Amino acid sequence: MRKNRYEKYIAPVVILVIVLLLWEFLVAALQIEEFLLPRPSAILSNLGRVIVFTPNEIPEDTSELAAQLKANTLIVSVPQNAPTTILKPILSATVLTQFSIGSNKIMLIQGQNFMPIVQAGWFTLKEALGGFVVGSSLGILIALITARWTTTREALMPFAIAVNSMPIIAFAPIMNNWFGIDNPFSKMSIVAIMCFFPMMINTVRGLTLVEPRSLELMRSYAASGFAILFKLRIPNALPFMFSGLKVAAALSMIGAIVGEYFGGPRIAMGVFITQEAALFRFSSAWAAIIIACIMGIGLYIIIIAVERLVMPWHVSFR
Amino acid sequence: MTNPVVAIENVNKIFGEGTENQVQALKEIDLVIQPNEFISFIGPSGCGKSTLLRVIGDLITPTSGGIKVNSKSAHQARLDRDYGMVFQAATLYEWRTVAKNVQLPLELMKYPKEKKEARTREMLTLVELTDFHKHYPWQLSGGMQQRVAIARALAFEPSILLMDEPFGALDEMTRERLNLELLDIWQKTRITVIFVTHSITEAVFLSTRVVVMSARPGRIIRDIKIDLPHPRNSDTRENVRFFELETEVREALRESENQGV
Repeated sequence: MRKNRYEKYIAPVVILVIVLLLWEFLVAALQIEEFLLPRPSAILSNLGRVIVFTPNEIPEDTSELAAQLKANTLIVSVPQNAPTTILKPILSATVLTQFSIGSNKIMLIQGQNFMPIVQAGWFTLKEALGGFVVGSSLGILIALITARWTTTREALMPFAIAVNSMPIIAFAPIMNNWFGIDNPFSKMSIVAIMCFFPMMINTVRGLTLVEPRSLELMRSYAASGFAILFKLRIPNALPFMFSGLKVAAALSMIGAIVGEYFGGPRIAMGVFITQEAALFRFSSAWAAIIIACIMGIGLYIIIIAVERLVMPWHVSFR
Repeated sequence: MTNPVVAIENVNKIFGEGTENQVQALKEIDLVIQPNEFISFIGPSGCGKSTLLRVIGDLITPTSGGIKVNSKSAHQARLDRDYGMVFQAATLYEWRTVAKNVQLPLELMKYPKEKKEARTREMLTLVELTDFHKHYPWQLSGGMQQRVAIARALAFEPSILLMDEPFGALDEMTRERLNLELLDIWQKTRITVIFVTHSITEAVFLSTRVVVMSARPGRIIRDIKIDLPHPRNSDTRENVRFFELETEVREALRESENQGV
């Protein structure tokens, strides 16, 4: 029987929840310090918090409640008539949504690091995307040129393969020096170089690894070089180009963030993470890392979606 | 007298000439093929029958000798799109649907849209795959893929159909059915077919002439006229004359192997 299209996602989601719960529980049970490994709930509270307003009486001693509200606990229950002096830490937060269950009012508010992380994420994503687009386009362009003129390929490919196996990120400080540490072009150029080589190598491979019989067929039709390029070599290269794009997408986020570790404007993701870690605010550093991961995964999913649209005939979608 | 479709005179092909790995694939080939013939090349593997097919189709240049195709050079014939090719593997483009695969040569030859579509429909009807025009190659069986390849080869009405072991990778049942279909197509279109095969039965059943080649260096050692009546059908295979001709080809092949050693 054919599975429901969402059914296959159930198992991974269940595993994710189990891992998060185990992590939460083990960190608490083994009393692991926050600077070693924060609890998932502490990490998430940087991005958003759940405040439950209950009809309960205000306790005698409000110090514990005040500490919880200050300390970024993920879920806090607060008596409805609690005084504003206690509520101060959450009063200025943006409310994402609120609803009632029975006599409890539940409020979802932005965590205190939500805006800084999202802004930093957006800044870094723009760097990554800019470098990705420039690097990948140039990679495809150069590959097309080398496919047309074989001598350029023979001259360039050994260098491309050699450079591709080098840690290009090591050049980040040089780029910071060339373009200026706060200039996004310093990170974009590193990302562009990192994306260029896998893209070019994969595309060249796809353009040249054409079945000899397919070429003979084209020759038997007396097809022009252009026709062979557009009707045979490029369609043949598409699957290779998409594997190149997937590699480049992952590299682009790495390049941008690690590039920023070597210095950048305060609003950059890599700078945010290093600063928070330096100030021992590890849970917010973790929260930023998680947002960076989500951006990377999002980029990857977009590429897969485009791949499906462009080549529905491919083996991987049967 | 009509002009021959193919006239080959003293053709030699040596691969890697002047190197240590020099191999003479074809030696002193003389062959004349008349219009509407169905001619098969048969011989031990590596005897150069595929090379000879490619030399005729101008996919390989001979080392020496002359070839005239439709009274012009093989190269000119290729530029004039005189050849339809079918290989052992169907060689369909996996990113194109069945109809789009058949249309490929028509696109390259800049057929107007309506003619292109009409011709595609016609070809798919000929190979009985009309219902599959929107399918992708991977969705078809091996036999169906090969029928698409034949439709593609015939789409632009070439004067010669070059077939390099087209049914070699198929099972016996499918091969026999496709043999019948191919004969039918040949009768309908009256195209000249040059057919390379390993199978004696297939060669005798399909051809008007069977050319037996020797092991390397490939030479033509027998040219056997197949005088079985047309139209041929499954009963033809049980004809006494069919057995006689099969035996004749088989003996010629045995002889060719002895000569090769």
